[in-house]
Amino acid sequence: MPHTQHPIELLRFNTCGSVDDGKSTLIGRLLYDSKSIMEDQLEALERSADITGGGQINLANLTDGLRAEREQGITIDVAYRYFATPRRKFIVADTPGHVQYTRNMVTGASTANLSIVLVDARQGVIEQTRRHTYLAALLGIPHLVIAVNKMDLVDWSEDRFTEIRDEIEGFLPKLDAFKDVKFIPMSALNGDNVVDVSQHTPWYCGPTLLGHLETVHIASDWNLSGLRFPVQWVNRPNNPTDKELHDFRGLSGQIASGIVKVGQKIMVLPSGMKSTVKDIWTFDGSIKEAFCPQSVTLVLEHDLDISRGDMLVGLDHLPGMSNELRGRVCWMNLRPLQPGRKYFLKHATQTVQAIVTNLDTRINIETLDPEPGPTELAVNDIGEIRLRTAKPVVFDGYGNNRLTGSFILIEQGTNATVAAGMLYPPTELVKPEYNDFAI
Amino acid sequence: MSSYHLDHLQYLETEAIHIMREVAAEFERPAILFSGGKDSICILRLAEKAFRPAEIPMPFLNVETGHEFPELIEFRDRRAKQLGAKLIVRTVDEAFAKGLATPTPGQISRNQLQIPVLLGAIEEFRFDCCIGGARRDEEKARAKERFFSFRDAFGQWDPKNQRPEIWNLYNARLNQGENMRVFPLSNWTEMDVWEYIQREKLEVPNIYFSHTRECFRRGGQWLPVPPPHTDTTKPDPYAGARPSAKEPIKSMVCRVRTIADMISTGMIESPADTVSDIIREVAAARVTERGTRADDKASEAAMEDRKKAGYF
Repeated sequence: MPHTQHPIELLRFNTCGSVDDGKSTLIGRLLYDSKSIMEDQLEALERSADITGGGQINLANLTDGLRAEREQGITIDVAYRYFATPRRKFIVADTPGHVQYTRNMVTGASTANLSIVLVDARQGVIEQTRRHTYLAALLGIPHLVIAVNKMDLVDWSEDRFTEIRDEIEGFLPKLDAFKDVKFIPMSALNGDNVVDVSQHTPWYCGPTLLGHLETVHIASDWNLSGLRFPVQWVNRPNNPTDKELHDFRGLSGQIASGIVKVGQKIMVLPSGMKSTVKDIWTFDGSIKEAFCPQSVTLVLEHDLDISRGDMLVGLDHLPGMSNELRGRVCWMNLRPLQPGRKYFLKHATQTVQAIVTNLDTRINIETLDPEPGPTELAVNDIGEIRLRTAKPVVFDGYGNNRLTGSFILIEQGTNATVAAGMLYPPTELVKPEYNDFAI
Repeated sequence: MSSYHLDHLQYLETEAIHIMREVAAEFERPAILFSGGKDSICILRLAEKAFRPAEIPMPFLNVETGHEFPELIEFRDRRAKQLGAKLIVRTVDEAFAKGLATPTPGQISRNQLQIPVLLGAIEEFRFDCCIGGARRDEEKARAKERFFSFRDAFGQWDPKNQRPEIWNLYNARLNQGENMRVFPLSNWTEMDVWEYIQREKLEVPNIYFSHTRECFRRGGQWLPVPPPHTDTTKPDPYAGARPSAKEPIKSMVCRVRTIADMISTGMIESPADTVSDIIREVAAARVTERGTRADDKASEAAMEDRKKAGYF
């Protein structure tokens, strides 16, 4: 492999759509046309084509790896695929669009830079299109691609393409979420506008899908303003023979946002105690500054009582801190969410008990409007809830910070992950003078 | 490009370190599965990055089939010692002796038999979590597996009922007897692993590099000729795995691309004797890494079936 001068970026994207929109075929096409499929995989495909496909290779079989999936011709769970071009490396989450679609979409898309929503050109915009677009917006995915697929089956009609685009553009303002939205007419089955430019769409002058994936600007997708450092693990070597190590007390974690520098003043929350960063320790030596999403170990000037679940923050851009939380949840369990129930809430590196104090609204996916007064949230529902936690949570609005504005709910007893939550911005921020007397 | 920017390997690294630390923080008795293979070599470096200057807060565990490449065992023991870690080894032979496992009639490979040995070790040491080096790009069933892969009290994976995994919020909660397998390299590809080995200047066992070895052709693979049977007081551990008269032996310049044990690892003809050579070879490769693994060729769902039964 030639040594590249420029660092290779990693783009994570997910594909979503309803059953038979051709998601798996699209990923198969991307892998196949970018020459990321190996000979033995191709042989296996050809073998299964002879048996089940009447001789035609089924690109969907590249991603549908489980036996039940091949038997039923459907995708059951999120599958991850990896491919690279000279410009970028790609992590693809193939998120199936039926039954547990919210769970799958949320799993596949929560860490994505970009979402591809597939639309069958014949069917146009359906409920699933709205739902997936809404979920992508809700999850704060910066970049959206609407892949208008199966264009060959509508005679490559520009009018049909425009009609679909207009309909989606009609509800996008309501979502107010994406940095950019790209509409691409294609045929995943035949490869038009996936990797190679289609001869059938002279009226389309945008990029192919791969062209867009290779060039869409993602460098600013990470949040570099306002330090948030959830303490994950306290590093105490306790080495009696090495004086320096004996006294070492480091706070290990992944920077959730912002930049940390040696000499910087920080506040520890929820205690409010302040200190200064003395050292940024890494296995490769101490560094002067570190940034999101690096994993580092911080050493402070003062020996404070800090443990997992605490959050170190910079003194500018302070977060909120409260026992009372408001946010939107995607409900992912067959047992519905009912107000009054207790769950474990995991937020950053902290797990606390939480009670759902109120179920405010349920989102109507047709109109995308919140409707007040629901009695419960069923599986795949999205709603606005209020929670009270046993200990205060240090947080930001999800729109500002995906890592300190998100939480999951875990059912007590079964330990099932039942909800993905996105917090609303705090109504009140921690004050810089909070607990000033501590040090 | 701004200076506050991670390249793809740095990104994969920070993701993996985060996961290793979650394991240390959330589980009471975790262990790292360390075979001496290239993926678990990366896992150990990530453990150093996650936990130094403290000790790595979990022991290493390896399950031996009894058919291991001696070079791998030597490397494994040496590396564990270098890192000051406790290495626990449990073998299929011991499991036979204890009645935990029984040999499968007509089956030479002991790959399947690693499952009861692993589950036995988990029970013996009451491990609640095992970190493994498996990657999603290796195999279709693995492509569906989570970072935190929940196993029930029988060690089974249920692919239809996995916990949703959202942001970096891993649900590590278990009930008594349940278990977690955690795969920090889930998002790494074979190429990423070699590039990381190069960047970190990690030592790997020399069987990854080109050497001359006697091999024979079986099942579409070049299998290594097992070591001679010297201790004749015991049955030949490689009975059935030695070349027959119809399988001529060839001296080859070869190396391994992926390591199972001697019975299920195909050698590839290769002159690659540096990590850079290997990276070039992987970049040009036209078959997948697991194309040289006999254990995966049993059926299209071979890996899925083993994982459901409690495999790594």
